[in-house]
Amino acid sequence: MKQPATPRPLPATIDATVDLLAQADYLTDRSLGTVLFLALKMARPLFLEGEAGVGKTEIAKVLSATLGRRLIRLQCYEGLDVAAAVYEWNYAAQMIAIRVAEAEGTHDRERLEHDVFSERFLIKRPLLQALEPDPAGAPVLLIDELDRADEAFEAFLLEVLADFQVTIPELGTVKAVHPPIVVITSNRTREIHDALKRRCLYHWVGYPSAERELNIVRTKVPGIGKELSEQIVLFVQALRKEDLFKAPGVAETLDWASALAELDTATLDPSTVSDTLGVLLKYQDDIARLEGGRAKELVAGVRAQMKAAE
Amino acid sequence: MPRQEGGQLADNLVHFARALRAAGIPVGPGAVIDALSAVRAAGIGTREDFYWTLHAVFVKRHEHSILFDQAFRIFFRRRGGIDKLLAAMLPQAPVPEEKPPPGAQRVAQALLASRGEMERKPPELETDARLTVSDREVLQKKDFAQMTADEIAAARAAIKRLVLSLDEVKTRRLAPHRHGHIVDIRRTLRASLKAGGAVIDLKYLGPRVKAPPVVALLDISGSMSQYTRLFLHFLHAVTDARKRVHTFLFGTRLTNVTRALKAKDPDESLATVAASVPDWSGGTRIASSLRAFNKLWARRVLTQGAIVLLITDGLERDPDERLAFEIDRLHRSCRRLIWLNPLLRFSGFEAKAKGIRAMVPHVDQLRPIHNLQSMAELVRALSASGGPCGNPKAWLEKAA
Repeated sequence: MKQPATPRPLPATIDATVDLLAQADYLTDRSLGTVLFLALKMARPLFLEGEAGVGKTEIAKVLSATLGRRLIRLQCYEGLDVAAAVYEWNYAAQMIAIRVAEAEGTHDRERLEHDVFSERFLIKRPLLQALEPDPAGAPVLLIDELDRADEAFEAFLLEVLADFQVTIPELGTVKAVHPPIVVITSNRTREIHDALKRRCLYHWVGYPSAERELNIVRTKVPGIGKELSEQIVLFVQALRKEDLFKAPGVAETLDWASALAELDTATLDPSTVSDTLGVLLKYQDDIARLEGGRAKELVAGVRAQMKAAE
Repeated sequence: MPRQEGGQLADNLVHFARALRAAGIPVGPGAVIDALSAVRAAGIGTREDFYWTLHAVFVKRHEHSILFDQAFRIFFRRRGGIDKLLAAMLPQAPVPEEKPPPGAQRVAQALLASRGEMERKPPELETDARLTVSDREVLQKKDFAQMTADEIAAARAAIKRLVLSLDEVKTRRLAPHRHGHIVDIRRTLRASLKAGGAVIDLKYLGPRVKAPPVVALLDISGSMSQYTRLFLHFLHAVTDARKRVHTFLFGTRLTNVTRALKAKDPDESLATVAASVPDWSGGTRIASSLRAFNKLWARRVLTQGAIVLLITDGLERDPDERLAFEIDRLHRSCRRLIWLNPLLRFSGFEAKAKGIRAMVPHVDQLRPIHNLQSMAELVRALSASGGPCGNPKAWLEKAA
């Protein structure tokens, strides 16, 4: 694999992959490191599934930052079509070209058609951009929240992900010289078709362990106190075991930690918790469930746990 | 020498893939080749790395993770692969003391089953279901609960013929449309090029329409037992006709049987369903079943304007305010909630039971479903935007 300019090399081992992510303050476990290493090495798309707020999208961002690659992001939504995802013709410019041709007296229809549907009039959307050669190395293509797009779009992605090529009827097939690094994320609001998953390496991103979450909080919220950060993580970990409609993700933990740091909280107490619960929980039912004394019990549990550890 | 080692690795992976397949993880031959190159890329370092390398290639669904874990443990516990494994699981082998973790039994069973031959039931004989016109009329109105075996066979044939025409919802995707409101510049330009750009002939786009998903929640408790089998036939027929139907059964707990219902043959399909449900003809816990559905499945299957068919008599074992809460949540997360209640067959039906009273305010429609006629009406109601349904709250007023 020779690349034109001097792109940063891909990590050579699993350890190097984990270290690479750690450079950008993304702390991961070995399972994700392994999958990511394989995806890079085998040039296969990486399919990440998991609850909202566990850092799926972040992986693509960190990859592009640490490898110095361009990040191309495609946010999926229902009704996403080829014109928004792959390419579109610049109709206004085409119209003008037709008018000019007319004014010049050109009436050669075939030539006109050939001129109008040339690359000059092509507007490239994320998927096509990702297939273009880049001096900094193949870009990172993030296809975010694929479950939000409809099945029709999924079927279209099959060609792109299997052969890294796109067919434009008027121009022909565009094929990537160096396949992009593809990261697909899904919140699992619906099941993605097996045919698509088969072409990817799959990984379920779960909630981190207490130890790792503590590291994440301390790395991402630098000003936070030792005791508070520990209390926050223990509280959130306990909260995830509660019977909630939506358990808080790592993103919520970080938001909460910075909120508490902003409020100059030194140690966790029930009244601060209930004042700031809206940062952690996003459903009214869940908040109501915790307000009636349950939050107090959890805080007491966290304190007892810390005391026992001392 | 290294060649031979590679060959052994490949053999082992092939065996392991076969074990996974037997345990219910769909693993294609392509995955084995992928696994081989993945292992070569990662190198066999620690056991953990090897585990996650294979996991990355073989597991494509979160729920398969647990099966993979067990299969990996059993398979790579010792070198020697599947033969030793099978020997270890023969009856005389010592039984492990601790309770096996979830998934273990399934994997173990699957591995053993691949050895012995699968028992196959002889195909059932088809009953001749040709009827005279008057017979058919009688059949249309006969309660499912009062049917004889022959009549049930005939009803099944009739159910098979029910075609769920498409209740269409507008999607956000556009398609060429004669009377659309959005100008399709791409097609317009192409069309005008035909005339060398002299005439601009406007082409239009309109929203594309599509059948929304159907989610059926079927009560299989004792009080519904006379109906469940035929309803399952109904759901099987519906599943066949449209792609996005999810079926859940509940008695005291919730079971997803969507995959089982996808088999082409209804008998085979129903046999699989029966085997996968532990709480057949038991009690009813509507509230906790709905709760399980809301929590685990609602966000995954109730997307894109789903219609929910709740098929139950509403006779909750111990109704309390949780039932109203859960059905309200269900109602708020789907496009249409249709309650199909076989109890409505009684002309004197009154919404008096506490469970029923709790549920009625939160459903969009309350319909009878106890004979072929009502089933056909349901199909019609599903295809139109409303259909004759009446106001469900009228039942409450009637009972008051």
